[in-house]
Amino acid sequence: MDRLISKLLFFAACSSTAILALIALFIFKEGVPIMIKSGLGHFIFGTVWQPLEGRFGIFPFIVGSIWVTIGALVLGVPFGVACAVFLAEFAPRSWVNFLKPAIELLAGIPSVVYGFMGVVWLAPLIRNYLGGPGLSILAASCVLAIMILPTIVGVSIDAIQAVPKTYKEGSLALGATQWQSTWRIILPAAKSGILAGVILGMGRAVGETMAVIMIAGNATQIPHSILDSVRTLTANIAMEMGFAVGEHRQALFATGVVLFFFIMILNSIALRFAKKKF
Amino acid sequence: MRIPPNITQNIARSLLFLATAAAVGILIFVIGFVLAGGLRHVSWSFLTGPIIDMGRSGGIFPAIIGTGLMILVAIGIAAPLGVASAIYLAEYTSVGRLTNAIRFGINCLSAVPSIIFGLFGFLLFVVMLGFGWSILSGGLSLAAMILPTIILTSEEALRSVPLQYRNVAASLGASRWQVVTKAVLPYAMPGILTGVILSIGRSMGETAVVIFTAGSAVQMPRSVFDSARTMAVHFYILAREGLSSDMAYATAAVLICAILVINISAYAMMHRLMRGRRTA
Repeated sequence: MDRLISKLLFFAACSSTAILALIALFIFKEGVPIMIKSGLGHFIFGTVWQPLEGRFGIFPFIVGSIWVTIGALVLGVPFGVACAVFLAEFAPRSWVNFLKPAIELLAGIPSVVYGFMGVVWLAPLIRNYLGGPGLSILAASCVLAIMILPTIVGVSIDAIQAVPKTYKEGSLALGATQWQSTWRIILPAAKSGILAGVILGMGRAVGETMAVIMIAGNATQIPHSILDSVRTLTANIAMEMGFAVGEHRQALFATGVVLFFFIMILNSIALRFAKKKF
Repeated sequence: MRIPPNITQNIARSLLFLATAAAVGILIFVIGFVLAGGLRHVSWSFLTGPIIDMGRSGGIFPAIIGTGLMILVAIGIAAPLGVASAIYLAEYTSVGRLTNAIRFGINCLSAVPSIIFGLFGFLLFVVMLGFGWSILSGGLSLAAMILPTIILTSEEALRSVPLQYRNVAASLGASRWQVVTKAVLPYAMPGILTGVILSIGRSMGETAVVIFTAGSAVQMPRSVFDSARTMAVHFYILAREGLSSDMAYATAAVLICAILVINISAYAMMHRLMRGRRTA
């Protein structure tokens, strides 16, 4: 009896890996043939996306994904690490009990709501004060920075708290201020954990779909400035899935293959950083 | 000129505080913005009325039911499977190559973007298994998405159970499964439930998975094989097609309120749990 239960539990534990394998299998089976047919180089580095004429070049979307992700990191990482340092090192305990859940709650807000806020509030602001169409890399980056904040803050707090107390005590005993100890001792020691959080946040930003569709503008061009409108890999899939058929649909799954690779690479790097211990 | 360290300390502390305050400020702003625009259009008839004229008027009752049914399907599958996985990982196995592979799989699955779950669910459930655009397809796809979260939170909850519980139960002659069900699970249950509740919140706000697997029918679903839209999908369509700004705000307000209640109750549960553990 116990042996049977143990077997059943083992199968349950394998289900996630099985689902992951199924996902890879299905997406690849549907997407890879069209990548081979148009030529891998043409598919990835082609700059023309005209699905009805059978021209599938997703390079502008790769560039778009990279731009909005970099933007989100530039805005979100200093912001997030600052929150984490404050919560882990400076804030009184009673504040943390309220502030930490509040920041985590940012992750609970649906991405469509962020997208909507971007459209009705942020994009007009950018259009009026900075020019351009408003729906742009900048708008998408701002919204993504907020969306990845909870990931960065959560992982960074864990990393900072994992630094042995003796490090900080030693530094304080030498007469360093709390900030000097944090900046010179704790942050360098927590670096790899914080990097893991940053890369996980990066994965979130690359994979985010609905908010980006609503605020990045979705133009199928290679952007020249951060005020230009772009389309990301995720947006390309979600925008056209509704009506695509035949090779066009396969090309969208192929876009999914590229996205899948991006995410798996990022996740492996994050795991490597997260494994480093003291 | 060198700035004295105690002044740098104060500047740094102020900046860090400002960053944190800004993050909380953004949260309050987003919630306030949606509630201010939407709450005045929310009424009893809005909550219980049918979707009329593609959402230009009427209510959101079918979307509420659609959301609820889809979450029921998702949790009904992901919770037992996830908790069973967590029990295996926490109680039945230790470090090993196979276990590492399982953990790697869970970790990768948790990183997969929701749009990929949407594509996968569309191919497997909608097309191949022939469920069509339905609550069942949507719920199954959501289950795949929230599975890693439930496993990871449940495992953490199981690991926080003190070792004595297991030792005492085992020394009384309990089998491994009896130890788990009688001694470990009751103690870990609040932590497991917190993870499940947070997953409900995540499913509720999800759009990319659901829109490709459950479709966006406006009628009242009669069974899990019918297509239905969730509140999040309804809001997305209203906002994107510009059908009705008032209705979009009102839907978002209901959605945000539901998610707030869910998340806050999960935190309250966690908090009480922690306090109980500290005094115990």
